[in-house]
Amino acid sequence: MASETQITAQPLNRALTETKPVGARQRVANFGDRIFYLVARLLALFVILLAVLLVLDLIRGAWESIGHFGLKFLVGTSWDPVARQFSALPVIIGTLVKAFLALLLGVPISFGSAIFICFYTPRWLRPVITYPIELLAGIPSIIFGMWGLFAMVPVIRAIQIWLKAHFGWFFLFNGPAVYGVGVLAGSIILMIMITPIITSIAKEILLTVPRAQIEGMLALGSTKWEAIWKVALPYSRVGLFGAVILGLGRAIGETMAVTMVGGNSFAMIHSLFDPVHSMASLIASEFTEATYSLYVSSLIYIGLVLFGITILISLLAQWLIWRMSKGKLAMLD
Amino acid sequence: MKNKFLAMSVLTVALTAGVRNVDAGCPTKGVKELTGAGATFPYPLYSKMFSEYDKICGVKVNYQSIGSGGGIQQLKELTVDFGASDGVMDDKQKAEAKGGTVLHIPTVAGAEAVVFNLPGIKRSQIKFTPDVLADIYLKKITNWNDKRIAALNPGVKLPDLTIAVVHRSDGSGTTFIFTNYLSKVSSEWKDKVGFATSVNWPGDVGGKGNEGVANSVKQIPGAIGYVELAYATQNKMDWAQIQNKAKKYLDPSLEGAAAAADVASLPDNMEVLITDSPNPSAYPISGFTWLLVYENQKDSTKADAVAQLASWMITDGQKYAIPLEYAPLKGAATKKALALVKKIKVNGELVMR
Repeated sequence: MASETQITAQPLNRALTETKPVGARQRVANFGDRIFYLVARLLALFVILLAVLLVLDLIRGAWESIGHFGLKFLVGTSWDPVARQFSALPVIIGTLVKAFLALLLGVPISFGSAIFICFYTPRWLRPVITYPIELLAGIPSIIFGMWGLFAMVPVIRAIQIWLKAHFGWFFLFNGPAVYGVGVLAGSIILMIMITPIITSIAKEILLTVPRAQIEGMLALGSTKWEAIWKVALPYSRVGLFGAVILGLGRAIGETMAVTMVGGNSFAMIHSLFDPVHSMASLIASEFTEATYSLYVSSLIYIGLVLFGITILISLLAQWLIWRMSKGKLAMLD
Repeated sequence: MKNKFLAMSVLTVALTAGVRNVDAGCPTKGVKELTGAGATFPYPLYSKMFSEYDKICGVKVNYQSIGSGGGIQQLKELTVDFGASDGVMDDKQKAEAKGGTVLHIPTVAGAEAVVFNLPGIKRSQIKFTPDVLADIYLKKITNWNDKRIAALNPGVKLPDLTIAVVHRSDGSGTTFIFTNYLSKVSSEWKDKVGFATSVNWPGDVGGKGNEGVANSVKQIPGAIGYVELAYATQNKMDWAQIQNKAKKYLDPSLEGAAAAADVASLPDNMEVLITDSPNPSAYPISGFTWLLVYENQKDSTKADAVAQLASWMITDGQKYAIPLEYAPLKGAATKKALALVKKIKVNGELVMR
């Protein structure tokens, strides 16, 4: 069934790729068109220019620290403003662990709600369910942070204490449970923040599955579950993967809420309960009072590393999408 | 907290509305606007002072509370008329300052409370000596029933509870003063950790801002942390008594902070950290906050305005300090601060007579 969907999609894609740009065919088009073409091109260049300048400026800002610590910055484990020693490994790991844990918790919830909205909810009821989810996506992160600190952390503390009492032999639960703030709290707040985004994108993508294909599957005698599992999900897997990557991107760069509940210790993670910094929270915390230039430069270096990791993940995602669609035009492009 | 400030401001305005002192330290050369940037710690006080100053003199002061580091940076680059900091500029920063010598003019002092969360034990019921406090933050004392804590607190039923050490995770003047204090009282702290706006903490949890520390301390049984006195008072937190240099156990207080600043040994340039003050009634974890102003100014009208503002802040402006829980300058500190303001000059000529 899945291969059939690929076949139906193929001619359309080819038609898109092989058609020349509209402007090329109508070179003698009117003056207004040419102006619009130029403006559009200028704006596109401007965005690229901004990105390039941003990278250059990050490198310029981090230059002192790069010269001082080099690539050892990436594998060192000490952050000591007094001794002027800086490195990034614990925060890189802290960031990635929190972000992936957030995905692990958030993706099933997001996909579940997206499937529910698309296939189990009557059309008239959909806005009633989607509106709050989209509203949630627009809430500023400081609000999540405050809620997290005052309302969520006490609950998490209780859960952590229980987990440690009963499963403390397992290394992930053998940490300082009583703090409440830490990896688990950070991941859960991230999960809450990325779920609405992944859900609303996943919903839009699942809605593009041709009704006829699902109805055909049902007509062949499948259950609704089989129709979703064997037709809808494979059909939209590239888009769904893209939704997950967008969620991951937000989780990695998220700053304020994680700063408030993450525990913010510069240390390697040993358990789920450890208080640890992530890259963004470290920058946000220390940038205002970084009192000498190597210190500021090292924080910018962290920013550069964060930028690099974001790009790496996005490239990896593009490659995976390319693999998944077997070299055909990726849906996300 | 905001509401309380608001209520106080309204009250103070009501009280002072009748007595409008027109000629008190106003710029005479037509400057209508000044810009400053820096420390967040004195921000509530400065915004109050500057709004009053605008009413009295018609000079609008824009103050951006971007943090001491940012204030120093902007002063170095000459983008503001004055900076503000909770710490003293280091030699490298002084060398980089484009306008030459920077004066550190203290405006008020503040105290920091060591707060804790122990079931059944209330404010002032726990006593710490400096070495015990330092060893707790060094993670050498890890349980509340440690015999060294018990020895200081006879009659207090100390629980068998792990100490959770909470610190500020954001760089802050509060951390600067606290770690400076620990460095003065413990050579091990000085060697292993040192003092700065942010340090490599031996342990446990970092909270963002006073509110982050306070919240962690309130929620974690067995926690200990440090917050600005105003924050501890307003949130009714339980704090410990700290033994000062004269071996007296004291609660954190504005009087204690003011006393810390009132010692004969203050240097003329006032670039001094008053932690662990020798004054017998001084609370030891106290510190100044400073205005940073160039001694040699280029623009005579701006120089006049900055000097007038600074002298107003350390004289008439001081009455706004106590309601907002800052310790006003007194005695030798006021005199030396005024003497510093009088050093401001343009082309070698003193601005204030």
